[in-house]
Amino acid sequence: MPSMNMIQALNSALDVMLERDPKVLIFGEDVGYFGGVFRVTDKLQEKHGLKRCFDAPISEGGIIATAIGMGAYGLRPVPEIQFADYILPAFDQLVSEAARLRYRSGGEFWAPITVRSPYGGGIFGGQTHSQSPEAIFAHITGLKTVIPSNPYDAKGLLISSIECNDPVIFLEPKRLYNGPFDGRHDQQVKPWAGHPDAEVPEGHYTVPLGKAAVVREGEAVTVLAYGTMVHVALAGIEDSGVDAELIDLRSIVPLDIDTIVESVKKTGRCVILHEASRYGGFGGELTALVQERCFHWLEAPVERVAGWDTPYPHAFEWDYFPGPKRLATALHKVMQD
Amino acid sequence: MSNRAKLSLYVPEPNARPGERPGFEHFEIPAAGAVRCPDIGAPERELRDLPYTLIRVLDDQDAAVGPWDPKLSTDTMIAGLRAMMLTRTFDDRLFRAHRQGKTSFYMKSTGEEAIGAAQSLALDEGDMSFPTYRVLSWLMARGYPLKDLVNQIFNNAEDPLQGRQLPILYSARDYGFYSLSGNVGSRFGHAVGWAMASAYSEDDKIALAYIGEGTTAEGDFHEALTFASVYHAPVILCVTNNQYAISSHAGIAGADETTFAAKAIGYGIPGLRVDGNDFLAVWAATEWAAERARSNRGATLIEFFTYRAEGHSTSDDPTKYRPADEPSAWPLGDPLDRLKRHLIAIGAWDEERHAALAAELDTAVRAAVKEAEKIGTLGKSKPPVEQMFEGVFEEPDWRLIEQRREVEGL
Repeated sequence: MPSMNMIQALNSALDVMLERDPKVLIFGEDVGYFGGVFRVTDKLQEKHGLKRCFDAPISEGGIIATAIGMGAYGLRPVPEIQFADYILPAFDQLVSEAARLRYRSGGEFWAPITVRSPYGGGIFGGQTHSQSPEAIFAHITGLKTVIPSNPYDAKGLLISSIECNDPVIFLEPKRLYNGPFDGRHDQQVKPWAGHPDAEVPEGHYTVPLGKAAVVREGEAVTVLAYGTMVHVALAGIEDSGVDAELIDLRSIVPLDIDTIVESVKKTGRCVILHEASRYGGFGGELTALVQERCFHWLEAPVERVAGWDTPYPHAFEWDYFPGPKRLATALHKVMQD
Repeated sequence: MSNRAKLSLYVPEPNARPGERPGFEHFEIPAAGAVRCPDIGAPERELRDLPYTLIRVLDDQDAAVGPWDPKLSTDTMIAGLRAMMLTRTFDDRLFRAHRQGKTSFYMKSTGEEAIGAAQSLALDEGDMSFPTYRVLSWLMARGYPLKDLVNQIFNNAEDPLQGRQLPILYSARDYGFYSLSGNVGSRFGHAVGWAMASAYSEDDKIALAYIGEGTTAEGDFHEALTFASVYHAPVILCVTNNQYAISSHAGIAGADETTFAAKAIGYGIPGLRVDGNDFLAVWAATEWAAERARSNRGATLIEFFTYRAEGHSTSDDPTKYRPADEPSAWPLGDPLDRLKRHLIAIGAWDEERHAALAAELDTAVRAAVKEAEKIGTLGKSKPPVEQMFEGVFEEPDWRLIEQRREVEGL
């Protein structure tokens, strides 16, 4: 089985779906001839033709509006938004249109679109190349939000998203494109090669939406994470010496509530880790769900480790980014409670 | 600073406010038949006079004149007249139903019936329109069941949209009528995407989108025109300029400085400006744009110059911001009346037949309202509550299943 980094795995998913389904087409800023600013659509235009993978005007609202129209016609468009930070001009289209079309039309029309967008920090991206907007999408009824953490899942989840008849926001942690990043920014970052999750089948396979993965089994505390934070969590757990169970949520809508509840009932403790700022973040929803469903099993308050409630700064990258040390501190705290 | 003249903010004002004499004298209205009709293959650069004039077919003597005369059969014109009359009858009846407390909301399209009626009949069955909330005549021309419309307006147990949507925000896929939404402008780009998809699929279907002149100020308008231009999308983009966006006159949307049709020029697509109260001119312009689209020549922007003869909605009182007698002063007249007079002038219609048709349509609308009332009006009847949780996704997730059980347990 070939070894792929996350970019190659995503490229492979798109390649497989273009080959498999003539209704799939890709468009976005710089995705055509050039192959995307992160190379995710590299060579797809050359291989599948100009009409299957093409460049779009710099207009996020226009990209998503036309994608919805294509979806209503019966295609399966996979538009790209260059950075998740720039998805906001399309917010009205995603919230008022893509998410509501099936509901409001009594099922006459729907928008089977997959909006791919690189997100997350840890790359000195500053305020507009680092944000994690998943919570604002999680709050929108009718949208699904998917976030992979490794090449194998990235390909399988992207194929599932494209095949899904509901609109999917597919957030790609750009910090993980070339290799797993555990937040130890003072150390050499390893490439994906050699990592077990970088073994990616060439052909078609899926990873189901709404199904979390238990990355590390443990007895003392449950850690909930997704995206880059899955790798940060592994490092933090290692540093802390706490026998934590780590769950990679993979999709936050639909959420795999059963896996979460089962784990917290076993451990009695829970720490939530995400890059996005804390207040109103998805960690708040996870905290509430765990509290509602595991109250009698909890031995300590649920802890949240998250980005600070500031815009994503440039010079303070590693003061802002929730690294393994902050997780380890939180793990020690919940174990003492 | 001190030696310079002080700047002054300009805020456009309409020509007349309540209590004043309606001021339409400044509108330049060319005679019917005066505007040339270019070949559909003409390049855009040779069409740049068209956005600044007004295409008209029906003249003051009720004759169809000039190169844009679509030369429609009598039957087609009577079908158009019927659709317009049905729209107006329905509007009046359902407006009254709102005042009687049978529904929460209604919006009339009085004075604008020619646009949807002509375009609905001129386009093909598989073409898709992306309507605004003021194009009921599209559905009327295609024979959408009246009872289903009323059921939607009453949100009763047989509402085709299962009680989920505000009255009149219909969806009728089989009638080429895309799902409506309350937020304005956001579907203008969907039409472009739908048209791109048709071209991508090597289909022969085209799309048609509506937007009001007020909403052309939204970014969606610019985005749609940009994409339509870039990809030569087979779409007809229509601006219904009815002079008002709720209380704001068209000048607030930019009409004082240019025409809405002229916006096309900057995008490199043809722009037509058409008498929106002239059924035959609407038809001809639509056919011209449709032929261009179908022959891979891309998009056309059409401004329909018309007048919103009634209030914006049941929640609006237009006498608070415009002269009460302004509708009757509108220089382009009434679209029903103009087509009726034309049909009479050519000997294809008479007052007797007109009265008989009016009576027939009134009976049909009354019967539909009565039947829908039997099922129930708003608050008296509604679809099963589990419908509230269906259609959010293709399949409900655990949250929706749990919440549905919670509601059912109450």
